[in-house]
Amino acid sequence: MKTELILLTAPDLMLASMLVLALIGLGVRLGLGVGRTLTIAAVRTTVQLLLVGLILETVFSQAKLTWIMSIVLVMMTVAAWEILARQKRKLKGWWGFGVSAFSLFISSFLITLLALIIVIKADPWYTPQYAIPLLGMLLGNTMNGIALGMDRLIQTAWQQRAVIEQRLMLGQKDTEAIREIARDSMRAGMIPIINAMAAAGVVSLPGMMTGQILAGSPPVEAVKYQILIMFLVTSGTGFAVITVLQLIIRRMFDSRERLRFDHLLRESR
Amino acid sequence: MPDLCCKAMLRLEELKIPNLEPVNLTIEPGECMGLSGESGSGKTRLLRAIADMDEHGGQVYAENIAQDQVKAHEWRHRVMLLPAESQWWFDTVDQHFSAQAKYTEALGFGQEVMRWNISRCSSGEKQRLSILRMLSNCPRVLLLDEPTANLDSSNIARVEDLIRSYLSKHHAVAIWVSHDASQLERVSQQQCHLSDGELKQVGAA
Repeated sequence: MKTELILLTAPDLMLASMLVLALIGLGVRLGLGVGRTLTIAAVRTTVQLLLVGLILETVFSQAKLTWIMSIVLVMMTVAAWEILARQKRKLKGWWGFGVSAFSLFISSFLITLLALIIVIKADPWYTPQYAIPLLGMLLGNTMNGIALGMDRLIQTAWQQRAVIEQRLMLGQKDTEAIREIARDSMRAGMIPIINAMAAAGVVSLPGMMTGQILAGSPPVEAVKYQILIMFLVTSGTGFAVITVLQLIIRRMFDSRERLRFDHLLRESR
Repeated sequence: MPDLCCKAMLRLEELKIPNLEPVNLTIEPGECMGLSGESGSGKTRLLRAIADMDEHGGQVYAENIAQDQVKAHEWRHRVMLLPAESQWWFDTVDQHFSAQAKYTEALGFGQEVMRWNISRCSSGEKQRLSILRMLSNCPRVLLLDEPTANLDSSNIARVEDLIRSYLSKHHAVAIWVSHDASQLERVSQQQCHLSDGELKQVGAA
């Protein structure tokens, strides 16, 4: 039995938007101060997604490597900036960007590539229907993991700099002096994806699987893809967080194992 | 005079830190140097440079081993800095000791002190425990930044006795920073004063 995809029309979306408008109206009336941000966010999501839809439609029909690579480049750059924007303590400009971009590349990009060539065996490997959504999902999750792990590491190390220095004074190695903080930061970066895996199917139906089922795929096929995605996302996030923590810790100490926030952070004034 | 060099336990050669004239200094085995000076004169910065916690110019030798000849953590294991305010990061006292604790009785603690919870310790207890923690690592050079600032007079006497006997027993050396001139008289063989960006010998014989 194959169900046809029910196509949504503009009036359908209008109806859904009425709900958001009603919410905004209620928010304004009660003076909850969410009206403005909600309006902006709703407009943004509509415009951004429509634009992406148009672009993807063109790219899908062309399937040219250069097109796809330039989209990939834009996605990764935006993700790297997003990571930096979410840091409470600002990293030194290009170095911070480089660390984020590098770890996104070696995790999200390489793992997507691996999945496309070895697991999915898409032909050609850059077939946009597979490549773009896969990379998007990996990037989104990896970006979250990196942003959380990085923020936790730098924040905690900054707050506990006296403790780190005390441990150095007692003759501990730099990696030893920051061990507990690094462990904590790794956990912080991995918690969202570990939660997602543990709750998948029981508490929440993952978005991609829901989408595939709505689009008419047999549930078991959708589940197989979802498991694949979960594993890819978990390993991608894990490798990315490890890379980022290692790079930042190396930068945090100099060759004489001294704590050097001046190498790491922009001067705050 | 190579003979004299070999005897020296701690030697600073043209040690340079910002806003301070280059420092030259020698301390013989078993001796303690008292260091005084106004707040902000650079006493702590000098100790940090000797422990290699801050960037600096010049050279420091401990038992004729140059600072940059050994890894930084090995250096700090020999040349140990006791900061004015000690830090504790685990729950209980014993978790902070990498070696068997020694001299617990000498500072007025019973053996059960190792099981104490850090959150219940007073600032004076923490200060005495941080001295035990330092000595249990058997450092060769002690850099003491106001080690008795939070202590009552009986505990001050205990700490002074313990450090004195440690230095003579192990032929180790110490730099002892204090604002108390009479304390420095009691514990040190030579004294220096930091002021106007210069380290001067006090009452050189």
